[in-house]
Amino acid sequence: MPDLRPDLAIIAAQIPKGARVLDIGCGAGDLMAALRDEKHVDARGVELDPTAVAEAMARGLSVVQGDADTDLADYPDGAFDYAVLSQTLQTTRAPHAILDQLLRIAPRAFVSFPNFAYWRVRMSLLFGGRMPVTQALPVSWYETDNIHHVTIDDFRALLRERGTSVEDAWYLTGARQRSAAAANLMAEQAVFLLGR
Amino acid sequence: MALSASLDGEACSVSLPGPLSLDGGGSLAPVDIAYEAYGALNADKSNAILICHALTGDQHVASTHPRTGKPGWWSRMVGPGKPVDPERHFIVCANVLGSCMGSSGPASAADDGKPYGMRFPVITIRDMVRAQAMLLDHLGIERLEAVIGGSMGGMQVLEWAACYPNRVGAAVAIATAARHSAQNIAFHEVGRQAIMADPAWHGGNYYAHDAVPTKGLSVARMAAHITYLSEEGLTEKFGRRLQARDAKSFGFDADFQVESYLRHQGISFVDRFDANSYLYITRAMDYFDLAEEHGGLLANAFADSRTRFCVISFDSDWLYPTSESRLIVKALNAAGAEVSFVELSSPFGHDAFLLDTPEMNATIDGFLRAGERS
Repeated sequence: MPDLRPDLAIIAAQIPKGARVLDIGCGAGDLMAALRDEKHVDARGVELDPTAVAEAMARGLSVVQGDADTDLADYPDGAFDYAVLSQTLQTTRAPHAILDQLLRIAPRAFVSFPNFAYWRVRMSLLFGGRMPVTQALPVSWYETDNIHHVTIDDFRALLRERGTSVEDAWYLTGARQRSAAAANLMAEQAVFLLGR
Repeated sequence: MALSASLDGEACSVSLPGPLSLDGGGSLAPVDIAYEAYGALNADKSNAILICHALTGDQHVASTHPRTGKPGWWSRMVGPGKPVDPERHFIVCANVLGSCMGSSGPASAADDGKPYGMRFPVITIRDMVRAQAMLLDHLGIERLEAVIGGSMGGMQVLEWAACYPNRVGAAVAIATAARHSAQNIAFHEVGRQAIMADPAWHGGNYYAHDAVPTKGLSVARMAAHITYLSEEGLTEKFGRRLQARDAKSFGFDADFQVESYLRHQGISFVDRFDANSYLYITRAMDYFDLAEEHGGLLANAFADSRTRFCVISFDSDWLYPTSESRLIVKALNAAGAEVSFVELSSPFGHDAFLLDTPEMNATIDGFLRAGERS
């Protein structure tokens, strides 16, 4: 897969050929384009930013300008094989409701998010006393779209509470994978494959 | 038939034998259609694009209008180097049924040689589309690369995709709705009542009285024109500025620039448009409800559709607001159709699709080229 962000590369590698995929928060459609070109995936996208939507459309991708918090209800049950929510969960108003929507629209969902318990983040808060600005959280507190900061352990707890099954998980620092045991401290971001 | 036309457009007209069965019952025969064509049809006939015009539009999409001398109404979208390009596409734009620029309408001659007037049958958007399909049959075009239109043109685009899913590769519906709302109907009714209240209308038979209901038609146009603009646009363009005077006249002259502008819009409109056509076409738009034609569920209109859809709305358009486009998108999603949607930002209101809107051109250009690559 050409130059995909590390979490997207993992997702792209996992999705089987010819699958039907809904990419929520698809941006300009990097993942969708890769899936279409390399795996003949029928990919559809949802994106909030009209400039990114127009860019994705110009690449020939089917992208609808919309808001994950309000517009996922428009999709029928089981319309897709996979739902993808990459680096978007922490920007939504009701992340737990979004998880319900993902697994209603598709039997499986990939969710990736930056880990707020990553050690650099902890250090920044502990010693700097400042909200962290890192590779995975590159925007200052006053400009960031992230309104629900979450750690890997928080997310695991939410899944347990809701009885959502984890089919697989990947923990990343840059493009390097970390073990599950140390992930909450050592991983900059996580990718979960959820089932119903 | 050699299907090539000059890049600047070629005015054509054809009288098709029909009959064209109409939604309101009855039929029309023959069916005259005036159209323009640009570019050349390629060997496998895969590059034809149909442009659908709006309420008071016409076939002169990218060529000088014969009555007003103004450039074509969508020369920003259609032309060499534009998203719809005669170097690449064979472009057809037909005057809609019921209009007055050469296609059959209330001003056309009936069997008795006199203008139909109100004897012309009430038509629907679907009737217009069926007439266009007859034209394409006549031209030997089985399948369209794309159907593109804004406003009432967008309604025809949706109707095309619903009626002839196998003939439409891509559908671009701009600043439109899948049904006319109560507010839409209300504004149209004001316009129709203005026309019919004009004594010069003569029950629709003004042709025989050597009269034209200019006052009624221009008031109809003035009311409608307000709906095409945004409040922000009107404020920016006119504000409360006075027209060629320093103080209010304490009378009912056009004191304000906005009044003068609207009067001009109304008066210049009557020179190019038939009042009865205005009645018939607004009626067709009011009757439009694509869901109603498909068992009350809009998604049914697009069941199993293989057409690629591109839906575009403008944030300042209150005539066919983004919420209407979202209903179309929702139905297309429910039907599993391939759909893209974007709400573009523009200060121009509904008219944005006719004006200089680079983001719209870039989006449509990319959308069409993507279809041509696959």
